Formats: sequence, structure tokens, C-alpha cells
Amino acid sequence: MSLATNAPSLPFEPLLPRPAVVQSIRTEAYGISTFSLAFTEPEMAAAYRFKPGQFNMLHIPGCGEVAISIASDPAKPDVLEHTIRYAGSVTRAIGRLKVGDVIGLRGPYGSSWPLEQCTGKDLLIVTGGIGMAPLRPVILSVMQHREQYGRVLLLYGGRTPQDLLYTEEFERWQQGGIEVHVSVDRADESWKGQVGVIPMNFYRIRLEAKKTAVLTCGPEIMMRFVIYEAMARRIPKELIFVSMERNMKCAVGFCGHCQYGGTFTCKQGPIYNFKAIEPFFGKEEF
Amino acid sequence: MATYAAPRIAASIVLAKTALQQVIDNLRAQQFKVLGPVRADSAIVLDEIEHISQLPIGWTAQQRPGGYRLVQTGGGEYFGSALGPHSWKQFLHPPRVDVLVSRKTENGWSFEPAADEPQLQAFLGVRACDLQAIQLLDRVFLDSYTDPHYAKRRQRLFIIAVNCNSPAATCFCQSMHAGPKAETDYDLAITELPDTFLVHIGSEAGSEILHGVPWQPATAFDLGRATQMMQRAQSQFQKAVQTDNLPHILFEHLEDSRWDEIGMRCLSCGNCTMVCPTCFCNTMEDHITLDGQTGTRTRIWDSCFVMDFSHMHAGNSRPTTRSRYRQWLTHKFASWKDQFGSLGCVGCGRCTTWCPVGIDITDEVRALRGLEAK
Repeated sequence: MSLATNAPSLPFEPLLPRPAVVQSIRTEAYGISTFSLAFTEPEMAAAYRFKPGQFNMLHIPGCGEVAISIASDPAKPDVLEHTIRYAGSVTRAIGRLKVGDVIGLRGPYGSSWPLEQCTGKDLLIVTGGIGMAPLRPVILSVMQHREQYGRVLLLYGGRTPQDLLYTEEFERWQQGGIEVHVSVDRADESWKGQVGVIPMNFYRIRLEAKKTAVLTCGPEIMMRFVIYEAMARRIPKELIFVSMERNMKCAVGFCGHCQYGGTFTCKQGPIYNFKAIEPFFGKEEF
Repeated sequence: MATYAAPRIAASIVLAKTALQQVIDNLRAQQFKVLGPVRADSAIVLDEIEHISQLPIGWTAQQRPGGYRLVQTGGGEYFGSALGPHSWKQFLHPPRVDVLVSRKTENGWSFEPAADEPQLQAFLGVRACDLQAIQLLDRVFLDSYTDPHYAKRRQRLFIIAVNCNSPAATCFCQSMHAGPKAETDYDLAITELPDTFLVHIGSEAGSEILHGVPWQPATAFDLGRATQMMQRAQSQFQKAVQTDNLPHILFEHLEDSRWDEIGMRCLSCGNCTMVCPTCFCNTMEDHITLDGQTGTRTRIWDSCFVMDFSHMHAGNSRPTTRSRYRQWLTHKFASWKDQFGSLGCVGCGRCTTWCPVGIDITDEVRALRGLEAK
């Protein structure tokens, strides 16, 4: 017999992780490491593709699940790098993993940085702290198609020199045609570079407002000032893109935790065009 | 004379009230667990029904903001009581459901979906507002990604709607365009007349389940009485929400002091989210056996009023009651529209009745709308 209800079909299991093995662990900074993960099932490894800015859900059985952006090159989807700061119970459990350990991985989820839309434009990438991780795939992609973009600038800041990620790659990025400007909030005697909060770096560069797209990821307070500085230079809101962070439990819009206004950060985000979220951005406790 | 052939879809027929027992029997014979209103714990709640005598015949509930009291009507209505604290979401989106089992293997871990074979369920006495709430949950759990746990329950569902003759004092479904009459997506819809049930056949399954049940075609007189009952119900609403342009108005007033004022009254207890038929938010709980070999993920209901709900590494994005109430109300009446194409409230009034401090959501919306006029 047929019921009046619209019989929904039953496709894949949206909450089901697949096993992935830790291939390598690289310490990036104090309390921050990059975990290279690879699916153990060949068919998963073959089918998996991601775009810069998307994230995976990493699951430790008996402990929990955490949303982590993919930090590696989208052209090499067979090994997925996740740069993780040990902050909560799940990330600390990940911190105890060893090479060869298996965890659960599902993804990719969420929106991506609009690289197609940005071709022909200058790119201004502004990141703070671990906010560098979701933009590393952008840099790695852009270097492979460098001719498709105008100038590409990276303004990257950390609290101290010891907090900076991927420092050994900066030279390669420079050689790949990325103008890398690094600064720290607080320097020590070893630091020979710039000191100051990230938005201050805007005063060290010249931008062509009409053809510059801004991609930013970092603490919300930092992004607020980045947007302020970008708009002061008449960069249109349509060309400002931000990566938002909210608590996430499911990554598929079921759990409600990551709501941000009329969007789910897991579906319409984490990468938003600033104009789309302007009414909510920076609203206290929203 | 009684006819026994199955009635056509879209037909209206008349049943003796006691014939409802045969409908229940037929459903049970087809392995449906029949769920409906019963009187328990000084309230009308939803539970398994085997016999019509379990229905709260002759009972109703007086409701007001922060108040609920059962009273006898002196009549013999089967469905004279409006809504209780339970909604049907508990049977479609269970408060606890295992979603994942992890097993330790030689090579690490294997992951598989937790076994979930829900039984056939028949909802008896679904009001129009709750019917619309189910349609809203369909958007959440079936539209972009499909939640297998919800989908399986939804596929195995038989719905007997009841057109609401007796809206409570906290009801406002009419203003949310969600009632009091059940319009679509049911298998059978009952209008309770003084001495009989007028039944509208909504689906093939609805027709088939009446096999062997004595019925008569509805007469113009029956249909006229049903229309009268509906009109009478429509005139009884005491509360309303004015919905035009509401998302825009709420988003324009996110920083108004009215939110501070509500935040002072709200206890952040989350009762409203538990009784709400559309609140779907949930979280995950992880367990592991003592030998460390088998892990289980369980999805449990969560509430945006819970402090941890918005916790991130850098702290909580909604640390105050003010911000959590604002999240709840703007979700129902503003952001739901962007997320799922309609407002997320069906006007059942449960949040108002079951709020321990009697916050009336229609009052709050009216006050927030009033800001627009200033």
C-alpha cells in the first residue's frame, strides 16, 4: 500500500565516516600540528575531490567529531592535510594520534573560495593565526595557475614568531609569485620582520581597488578590521570573502548548531561573500 | 445501509465513532503501532493506543501562558482536547537515536551506520498545525541531504489528521496559515461531529485501511455541519501573529532593548524548544565500551538555549540568555524563511503554554513589530 507521505529515497549515509590513516604528522607550532590523512578504502580515495576552503569532519570513536578545514593542495586529493590546534577534547585526542592510526573522515563539506570568479583579478589574502590553514589550498592552487591572476598578496600575521604556520614554505610561495607579508603582534629578538596587528599591513601595500578580491580568514575581530580596511580602499563588498566559524555537529544542516542568520555555516558557509552576511557580521552575540 | 467496499480517494464518508476501533484494529493488524492522545501525568500526551477507550474522551485542557490544566467537558468528544506537551516529532526525529557504530579492527577502525529499523507508525489525531510541522521537518531532514533515520520513519507513517474543533487559548495556527483545518498530506482526516466522524479519504492507504469498516457516504447535511464546526473553531482564536514582512522587521531590530528585557524574563530552560513541533536541533553523544573496542554515536535533541550549543574554541558565541532567546525567536520567524522557504512556526502555542514564566511568543512578536512603527 502507498502512504500519503512523499516517500523519500534513501541515498548514502550523510553521517557515516570512512576510515582514514594518519600518514604523517608535522609539528607546525606549539600545540598545532598538520595531520596527513588518506582513506584506507581505495574507492573512497579514488572518488574524493575537494575545493579550497572546504572542510572535513574528523571522528575519533568514543570521543567525538570535529570540523577541520583541508589545508592541502586540491590537485592532490589522495593525501589530505589538516592543520589542527589542540583546543578541545576531540582535537586533543587527535593530538595523541600516531602515524598509522586510523580515524573516521567524512566530507568534503561547505562552500569554497571563489577562485573561478577571481580569475583576472588581484588577490589579497589576509589571514591570522590558524586562519592560514583554509587559505593554503588557495595559495597552492594559484601557484599552479599563476597566469590566471594578477598580483597575489598574502598578509599573514601571528601572535608571536613561534605561532606562525608553514614558515618553511614562504620562500617557495614567494618564488611561485606570491607577495608574502608576514607580521607578528609581539616580537622577540629573533624576529626581523614587521610587528603589529594584521590590518596594519594594509598600509604597507598598494592595491588597485577595482580589480582586487579579498579573501580573509582569522578571528572575527580581525576580519572585521580587514573588511574595514578593504572598504576604506573602496574594494567592493562583492569582492570580499570571509570564512566564518561556528559550532558544528553534523555538517549537513541537520543539527542546527552552525546557524548564522538565514544560513547554515556548514552548507552556505564557511566561505561567504561579505555582502551576503553583512547584516549579521559583527553583530554582538549573534 | 452500510456499505463495506473501500471508499474512493478524496471521498467524504461518515463513520460511527465506535468504528474508529476497527480502524485501529486494521492498522494494528498491518503491524502499525498506533499512537494517539492519552491522559497521563495530568496532561494529554501521545502514546500507544490499542483501544479507543484510551482516548481522552470528554476531557480538554485549559491553557494559558505558563499554565495547563485538564478539565472534563461534560461531553463525549473523542478529540476535544487541544495540544499537549508532546508533539509528533519525537516519533519521527527521536530524542535519542544511534547513528554510528565504530568497531576496532586489526587495521584500525571500521564504521557502519547503527542498525535502525523503525516499525510502522500510525499517528491518530494529528492537528493541522502538527501536520504542517511535519512538512517543515521534511524540509530539514529530506531536502538537501537525506537523513536516513527521519526518512525511514517518514516512509513508514500513516497519518489520521483531526480537524481542530477546539483551539486552546494559546493557539494561533490560523494566523500562521497552518490550521485549524488539515488540508494535505494525510491518509485520513477526521472532523468530529456531535454523534459521528466525518472522514475525508486522503490516500490509497487511507482508503484501504477502511476495509471492512461500516461507513456511509457523507450527506450535504454532514458536510454542512463540518463546515459550521470549522467556522466556529476559526472564530475562537484569541491569539495571532502578524507575519507580513516579519523576517525583515526582526532582522532590522536585532539590537533592540526589547531583547534585553525578554532576556531578563526568560530562564533559558529550553522547554519551548522541547515542546516545539518544529525545533529540530540536535547534538551527538559518543560512547565507547570499557574494552575500547566498540564506539557508538547517538544523536540526541539539543536546544539553542543550552550554553554549550554555540561553544567554540574561542568561547561561546551566544553567552547570554538575551542572545539565545533572540536566536530562537529569529530562527522561527525570520531565518527559517531563508533556510527552508517558509516561517518555522505553525502556531501550536506549546511554547507559550509550557513556558514556566509564561512568555507569550505572540506578545513578543507584537512588541518587536511595534518597534517598526516607532
